[in-house]
Amino acid sequence: MHIDLRTVTIKPLRHTFDNIARRLGADKPATRYQEGTLDMQQTANFHYRPTWDPDHQIYDASRTAIKMADWYAFKDPRQFYYGAYTMARAKQQDTAEANFDFVENRNLADTLPADVRATVLELLVPLRHVAWGSNMNNASICAYSYGTAFSQPGIYQAMDQLGIAQYLTRVGLLLGGVESLEVAKTSWMEGDAWQGLRRYVEDCMVIKDPVELFVAQNVALDGLLYPLVYETIVDDVLSAKGGTPVAMLTQFMTDWFTETKRWTDATMKTAAAESDENKAILAKWVIQWRDRAAAALLPVARIALNERTDALVAEVVQQFDARLIKSGVPL
Amino acid sequence: MDMQVAKKKLGLKERYAVMTRGLDWVPSYQKMEDIYPYMSYEGIKIHDWDKWEDPFRLTMDAYWKYQAEKERKLYAVLDAFNQNNGHLNVTDARYINTVKLFVSGISPLEYVAHRGFAHAGRQFPGAGPRVACLMQSLDEIRHAQTQVHAVANYNKYYNGMHDFHHAHDRVWFLSVPKSFFDDAITAGPFEFMVSIGFSFEYVLTNLLFVPFVSGAAYNGDMGTMTFGFSAQSDEARHMTLGLEVIKFILEQDPDNLPIVQRWIDKWTWRGYRVLTLVAMMMDYMLPKRTMSWKEAWEIYFEENGGALFKDLARYGITMPKCAEQIALEKDHLSHQAWSTFYNYAAAANFHTWVPDEDEMAWLSAKYPDSYDKYYRPRMEYWREQAAKGNRFYNKTLPMLCQTCQIPMVFTEPGDPTKICYREVDYKESKYHFCSDHCKAIFEHEPEKYVQAWLPVHQIYQGNCFPEGTDPTVEGFDPLAAVLDYYHFESGRDNLDFEGSEDQKNFDAWRGMATKNV
Amino acid sequence: MSTVFIALQTNEDTRPIVEAIVQDNPDAIVNEAPAMVKIDADGKLVIRRETIEELIGRSYDLQELQINLITMSGNLDQTDDEMTLYWNA
Ligand SMILES: [Fe+2]
Ligand SMILES: [Fe+2]
Repeated sequence: MHIDLRTVTIKPLRHTFDNIARRLGADKPATRYQEGTLDMQQTANFHYRPTWDPDHQIYDASRTAIKMADWYAFKDPRQFYYGAYTMARAKQQDTAEANFDFVENRNLADTLPADVRATVLELLVPLRHVAWGSNMNNASICAYSYGTAFSQPGIYQAMDQLGIAQYLTRVGLLLGGVESLEVAKTSWMEGDAWQGLRRYVEDCMVIKDPVELFVAQNVALDGLLYPLVYETIVDDVLSAKGGTPVAMLTQFMTDWFTETKRWTDATMKTAAAESDENKAILAKWVIQWRDRAAAALLPVARIALNERTDALVAEVVQQFDARLIKSGVPL
Repeated sequence: MDMQVAKKKLGLKERYAVMTRGLDWVPSYQKMEDIYPYMSYEGIKIHDWDKWEDPFRLTMDAYWKYQAEKERKLYAVLDAFNQNNGHLNVTDARYINTVKLFVSGISPLEYVAHRGFAHAGRQFPGAGPRVACLMQSLDEIRHAQTQVHAVANYNKYYNGMHDFHHAHDRVWFLSVPKSFFDDAITAGPFEFMVSIGFSFEYVLTNLLFVPFVSGAAYNGDMGTMTFGFSAQSDEARHMTLGLEVIKFILEQDPDNLPIVQRWIDKWTWRGYRVLTLVAMMMDYMLPKRTMSWKEAWEIYFEENGGALFKDLARYGITMPKCAEQIALEKDHLSHQAWSTFYNYAAAANFHTWVPDEDEMAWLSAKYPDSYDKYYRPRMEYWREQAAKGNRFYNKTLPMLCQTCQIPMVFTEPGDPTKICYREVDYKESKYHFCSDHCKAIFEHEPEKYVQAWLPVHQIYQGNCFPEGTDPTVEGFDPLAAVLDYYHFESGRDNLDFEGSEDQKNFDAWRGMATKNV
Repeated sequence: MSTVFIALQTNEDTRPIVEAIVQDNPDAIVNEAPAMVKIDADGKLVIRRETIEELIGRSYDLQELQINLITMSGNLDQTDDEMTLYWNA
């Protein structure tokens, strides 16, 4: 028997789950981001302590020096739950695929001026290892931070960075074949220009405080690297030299950074607004990691920028500081 | 650089290799043991992470593409389900109790799996397993969220689910699934992979999902069926990861065998005990039955698991010993479990009931050796008593097994008339167990299991009353206070299905669709 | 030999896939359940990209299978052209 149930209008008993209603202050319809995020992480009556970290509970806010009265004060401005996240990325992936096809089908790679191609292979391809490091660091942030509002974007960021590492790999394959990946890896491991950056990435891998790691990786390093490499070097400097096809191949990264920095900014803003103690800790971390990141990026930027390096890096740092100050971090 | 580099198209395996392990490097500014600090304490020896074979070779671009397609389809179905009052299409309102059990017992575990795989996916020094684990971590948050989103619509119209996160961390029987996953995530990364990746995903997940999801399909619940099958579509990747992990560990060093065998023994039993909830759901809670618990066990464990263990025999792995006891219990498990929940229906967030005549006939046919002899008389007696107005609610708290945390209601292997009790003295205290297997698990790691947050002990210690409760006042009602602590609304969330608000509302709403009122 | 199996959702996408599997594995047994089709085979089951492509008249990536996959059993080996499930013993 088929009954037409659409004709029935019934009054719901409630509009959302109680935990959401408590947080919204009323029983009213909630978004999928809210229902998929708020209170998703367990908070009470854990049965056993981690054998790998007996000093902490499974989820433990004391893994970080940052203190929050409520870890659900954080909100991802993109409102990413899994569905929204994958659908957004699939769309960007479509564009990226079309861009790669465009460059490949028209053999645009072969039309690149030799110095542009050399710069791309020398500068962009080793960055796949930096993205890989960020994948690991964001896995840490997701695993060891407290509250789904903070931890959830960590896994998205981790997988985005894996995706970026894979796009950069494709750039290498397209412009220089498999051997370009090997050459880039040798630079990464041994080249003078890269050792500061590699040390930075490896040092991040042993940071135990998930919020400090967030600052070192997502705020400081990415906050300087993306504007410098993708916005300044690829989109301006290389494009001016006939390297527009390169900008097509890295459009994902440019768009991605514009999007994700809204999340990093919102996160810093919320943590800083919480207390003066948080402000002081965040400022200390930002300054310390910013200075290290800027120093590590200098020799890398020099590959493309030559004598303009110092000026352009200084400019990027200045913009970075303005961003952080706007988020309420006293620098 | 030579402009004419031959850009031959890489095959799937080579391409995947440059896209994952090619990204990794051996660190020199920090020590391996500082970057991967949890790699040695479990005693597992790995000599060459490059021997890892990637089963599914999915790069992020393909991942986003396929997963987005799944999500689009899923949410289209959920939206339609919500708009069309799809919940009124289910066979009868008793079915909805399986959804309550699922969202409060299982969905929170998907979330723990998400965090656990993020942890494992950070800690393994091999790029291959790390990427596979992180992808699984991402999938698991998907499962947690799609389940919450699918159940959100049921929550609008039916009781028992309204504060399921709160319940999961507190309610007596929910400590069974919770402690299971807490146990896994607090173990070392290798044991986590064997417990969840292998034992749960490969050996037991079919028993959880296929009956639950087919059950939803049989009972007209398109929403649950869709999220269930959609989640399962990620499962093939997870199962393969679990199997590859086992093979990889065993191939790396012969010393790993006894450790892995012990983990498989432990986690098959731990997982099986959690599946008690599924057994009773299949045999009692689905108005339209798919297959019996016993049949599901025979197909998915005895036959399919048998094939798996035969395949692993070349590494020296044997079928877990507990399989023998499980085989003896398969005629009894669901009946003993349902009887327990029938007893404790005052303290649960879902309704129970006595099966009707047809359902009893089905149970007799599926369990010819046990149902009529041991369980039917009991249920007929309850039915009689309920008809006289004496619906029995047990308000005495049961003793729990220290390991699996299930009330001690299971019978001796081979003697369904005698409750099975085991005990161990450890440092001044006595600990109780439902079985030899739970006892053995405790004895191997007593310092872990003495930590267990046993709901009944906690209630007796006064830790499960709302803040400010004074248990010494005259007329103090401990059960009412515990239900407050659980955020259960007594009279709406609990008790028998017969006479429940769910039953009344469902009938009234269905009536509106079929009659002119 | 032990049984390997693969289970797919029943829908428009999977109909030709099931047909292709049956073509390539004539001894496989197809079990229909509500919304699910489970295919059992003795010891080994091969899913070939080309056979599917012939049936659907377009190019097909075996990874697309994941959209409709419910469960499976056996060791897995996947290349661009074939996906194989097998037991060694
Ligand atoms: Fe899952
Ligand atoms: Fe037990």
